[in-house]
Amino acid sequence: MSLRSPLGYVLGHGSAREGVHHWWHLRTTSAALVLLGTWFLFSVLTLPDLGRAAVIAWLSKPVSAVMMFLFVLVTVWHSMLGVQVVVEDYVRGKGARVLTLVVVRFLHVLVGAAALFAVLKLALGGKA
Amino acid sequence: MSSQSRPLSPHLQVYRPMYTMVLSISHRASGVFQSVGMLLLAYWLVAAASGAEAYAKAATFFGHPLVKLAIAAWIVAFWYHLFAGIRHLVWDAGYGFEKQTARRSGQLIVLLAALASLFTLALAWRHLGGGA
Repeated sequence: MSLRSPLGYVLGHGSAREGVHHWWHLRTTSAALVLLGTWFLFSVLTLPDLGRAAVIAWLSKPVSAVMMFLFVLVTVWHSMLGVQVVVEDYVRGKGARVLTLVVVRFLHVLVGAAALFAVLKLALGGKA
Repeated sequence: MSSQSRPLSPHLQVYRPMYTMVLSISHRASGVFQSVGMLLLAYWLVAAASGAEAYAKAATFFGHPLVKLAIAAWIVAFWYHLFAGIRHLVWDAGYGFEKQTARRSGQLIVLLAALASLFTLALAWRHLGGGA
């Protein structure tokens, strides 16, 4: 028989209020991406051409720049949460699972930071 | 008891594949596939921000037939994941769990994804079809 109290078992494992954070963020980002993703797809497809000048002209407009910033940010966030679930479901063994989760998270932050910096540079950098 | 030798409940491979089941795994597959596509999106933006030379290199990469094919596949994956995701949000709200309803909503999202894909692929043809 264990000497630990039932309360002792559950303390430090998160409260019920925190438990749905991941689920809730996956849903809110998905709702946002219905709009942002559709905006991105149609914006790119209706550009006059996909040359660098056309891309810069597009992202120099404040509305495009803000929408693109949000699109990249929310996409990376949603992807990170989604891939996390897939890793948790399919990667066996605790060590391999934790390692994969850390690598996935690092990659998402790296890719997100690079893409967001690029959007800012294109939006603010002028016509270079 | 080690986690490896525990008795397991029947898993995917013992069931005959069903329409709704294939749709469910396709939602995940299309999501992970788009996560890979995110790398190309980042590459495209970073190349544009880096300068004309880097962008020209990226344009060569994106002009490769296999990459163009992948982009077309990403467009299809986007629409499928979007409509299947909306179906999930409706389930989250507590609706649509009846067997017949779930089958019919499954057929509906495939139809919607197909129509949206055809429309956007037609729009994309200008960029993906030629030498650009």
